[in-house]
Amino acid sequence: MTPAEDGRMLELRVPARPAELKTIRDAVRSCVEACGCDEKSTADIVLAIDEACQNIIRHAYHGQPGGQIVIEIDHFDDKLVFSLTDFAPTIDPETVKPRDLDDIRPGGLGTHFIRHVMDETTFTKPPSSEGNEEGNLLRMVRRID
Amino acid sequence: MEHAVREEQGKLVVSFQGEVDLEHSPKAREVLLGAVKKKQDVLVDLSEVSYIDSSGVASLVEAFQSSKKAGSSFGLVSVNPAALRVLELARLDRVFTIHSTLAEGLGGGS
Repeated sequence: MTPAEDGRMLELRVPARPAELKTIRDAVRSCVEACGCDEKSTADIVLAIDEACQNIIRHAYHGQPGGQIVIEIDHFDDKLVFSLTDFAPTIDPETVKPRDLDDIRPGGLGTHFIRHVMDETTFTKPPSSEGNEEGNLLRMVRRID
Repeated sequence: MEHAVREEQGKLVVSFQGEVDLEHSPKAREVLLGAVKKKQDVLVDLSEVSYIDSSGVASLVEAFQSSKKAGSSFGLVSVNPAALRVLELARLDRVFTIHSTLAEGLGGGS
């Protein structure tokens, strides 16, 4: 599996805090548009990445300042691969589940949005974290025409 | 995000402009719950909301549920297509009362 000619589209390292989300959305939107995605797909993808970053801010770093998020976007012929790395303690992927939409309550929608928009989502430990208990890598794949 | 609250025909009309994201949704929540607390019917104008995320949607859900407990009505008006898409993804377009115009919201109860 090799990247298409465009390859790596984005590599962005930002502080894990709510005020950075607009910067992240703007950067992701520019990349996804450059890959030829239509307006609706672009909006959906931007929402999903925003929600994934929020999960990192709220649940991995527990809202504490000082953490960082690395966002990478790779463009292949038929798909976009989004990799989000954090350096918080490793989380149990089983705890990251969408809620039942029929259960109307304020929280728990972000993970549902991510799974609806992305064709694949995988939680692993980042390669750089081998041997310690820190870090999470969320890899999300969205197929494109 | 900016917001405004005004009274029209006995209802509180809460308008938001811009992006209701994690940075701004605590303020949106405060404004919405403050409006519901007045025990008046509330209409939330989302025509100028270009982006809303799950935290913004959660604020709407919480205010909606508070209004039910208070016995007042809570409706959305003129929902921007970008915001409507997010409500649809959450299947909340079937839960909220959505008026296509402010006049409809003011005229027809909710």
